[in-house]
Amino acid sequence: MPHRWGMAVDLDRCTGCEACVVACHAENNIPTVGADEAARGRAKHWIRVERYWEGEFPDVRLKFRPVLCQQCDNAPCEPVCPTYASSHTSEGLNAQVYNRCIGTRYCANACSYDVRFFNFFNPVWEKPLHLQLNPDVSVREQGVMEKCTFCVQRINAGKIAAKAEGHEVRDGDISPACVQSCTANALVFGDLNDPDSAVSRLSRSPRGSKLLEDLGTEPKVTYLERDAWHDAGDPRRG
Amino acid sequence: MMPETLAVADRLSRDLLRPVFQTTGKFYALVVILGVIVLSGLATWGYQIYYGFGVTGYNWPVYWALHETNFVFWIGISHAGTLISAILRLVNATWRRPVTRCAEIITAFALMIGAMFPLIHLGRPWLAFYLIPYPSERGIWPNYRSPLVWDFFAINTYLLSSLLFLALPMIPDFALIRDRATGWRKKVYARLSLGWQGTPKQWHRLETAMHIMALAILPIAVSVHTIVSFDFSMAVVPMWHSTIFGPYFVAGAIFSGIAALIIVMAVLRRAFHLESYLLPLHFQNLGKLLLLMSLLWGYFVFNERLTAWYGNIPHEMNVFWSTQTGEYAPLFWTMVLCNFVIPFPLLAIRRLRSVTTAVLASCCVVVGMWLERFLIIVPSLSRKSLPYAWGSYSPEWPEIVIMVASFAAMALLYVLISKVVPLISIWELKAGEQPAAHSPTSVHEAETAGELR
Repeated sequence: MPHRWGMAVDLDRCTGCEACVVACHAENNIPTVGADEAARGRAKHWIRVERYWEGEFPDVRLKFRPVLCQQCDNAPCEPVCPTYASSHTSEGLNAQVYNRCIGTRYCANACSYDVRFFNFFNPVWEKPLHLQLNPDVSVREQGVMEKCTFCVQRINAGKIAAKAEGHEVRDGDISPACVQSCTANALVFGDLNDPDSAVSRLSRSPRGSKLLEDLGTEPKVTYLERDAWHDAGDPRRG
Repeated sequence: MMPETLAVADRLSRDLLRPVFQTTGKFYALVVILGVIVLSGLATWGYQIYYGFGVTGYNWPVYWALHETNFVFWIGISHAGTLISAILRLVNATWRRPVTRCAEIITAFALMIGAMFPLIHLGRPWLAFYLIPYPSERGIWPNYRSPLVWDFFAINTYLLSSLLFLALPMIPDFALIRDRATGWRKKVYARLSLGWQGTPKQWHRLETAMHIMALAILPIAVSVHTIVSFDFSMAVVPMWHSTIFGPYFVAGAIFSGIAALIIVMAVLRRAFHLESYLLPLHFQNLGKLLLLMSLLWGYFVFNERLTAWYGNIPHEMNVFWSTQTGEYAPLFWTMVLCNFVIPFPLLAIRRLRSVTTAVLASCCVVVGMWLERFLIIVPSLSRKSLPYAWGSYSPEWPEIVIMVASFAAMALLYVLISKVVPLISIWELKAGEQPAAHSPTSVHEAETAGELR
């Protein structure tokens, strides 16, 4: 059976430490753009930790929500791309083919999660930072869209390693950089087609919900949150 | 009667061909000034390509802004020609004769300029050929599900057909110039006039071709701007995902197109002393059409706004209030002022109707319709579904220079074509001035008058 990669994000565990963000930048050769450009909205974070405050001061609760590409099964970004740069793989990933991308940015507009990023300039790594570039990940040039790949290079490496050792990919063999670096184990990655995988079990949890579920994008990322289940009858939940 | 009609025909040719044969210093000055502006626009585009798209004000999440606004705006302006020319030809409104060519020229040029913006807005414009379904050894085709691919084909179809629609009625006028010109000009126009001799058979074929094109170009024009609207309405973005966008965009396009036509006609009237050809009657009739479209536009906006407000979907309301009372409210209410509040009384009250008021109303409408395109694109993108990703947009100088250059390009192309072809169709005017098929001056005029009657 083909794989169907998915993720579960346990919001009750997330501490908002942003280790996932740093790990993602390092793994995927995502350049930082500097304070000025970031202030102008040119920062690129394939995964970000959204902060939301709930309640009135002083009774305030701070909540974190790591948001990355939801790898939608019914992805709004895919049909709008005129060149198939944004397309669906057989394993359910929303692939971004950099070589096909002409930079219409239509995919980013269509994406309801705002997880697609445009290269406004050619990326720069000041020496000696260029020495830490990951050789398994291509560097994107200006004018190209990029986004979370679920660390497809790690997925492929994991599949090759499993094949070389003569077994199937086992649950936990593959983990994207964000999952690997999550100290609170809030992020869980795996094969949704394997009903016994950790991610499958968590995705079935009654605490689970999808981000902007009503849009019908069918994300493969499930958010787990006690409130979602506990307060199901609460009218404050719109 | 015969000398009289001859005299009329002669006066027409003399007046209207003067710009073609006589070139003044003003012409060169204008070409240089406009040319410099256009070149600076192209240079700015080069700058944007060389240094990266980051030189503009575009950002996350407002990935479409001024370039796309100008794209929709210019494609909208291009609807002037199709409406005025094709519809008025089909219903055989006789007052159209001095107006049609102005309108058809606007269509062709506005489309050429508008079609530049999808290229300008690309991150990697040198790969734009990926949109062409060329046979490649990797067997990759463009994605026919993408509205941008629909756009590509729609605009190319429209551009080709409007060029044809523009060129067809030029043939007899090319022949007229050929007959009066000498030297290299004669050779060029002999080519352009495609061996036109004015035989009844040729007139018949021209008329048939014009009829076919007029009929064909109407559905093309409607579909083109509908498809442009699909660029937005196909995406699940608040206030974009709306069924009203197709007709709303078409109405807006015709609205801005008529306004542009009135402005261009007024400028030509002044510049080429065409007061005896472009009469107050023409401005009045076009003003009535503009009034109708203003009402239609108001109706569409009311529909769009009321359904969004009444539906009260949170995602949409964020965009809705940002335009009604928030960040974009000044632009929104200026748009309402320019598209409805000012032009409506100016065009509706009989005592106020004049060339000046028609031009004033048209200037307002052009500004208002530009704002409308901006307000459709930018507020929705800056208030998408996740509040964390909300943003804002203000343009940087590259977008503005390119935009100014696009207006200069329109003016430049118009100035240049005034040297190539009479801006008022001479043979159509002649046919109009000699309604009965009595003129023995030439076979073709008699034939035309008969056909058109």
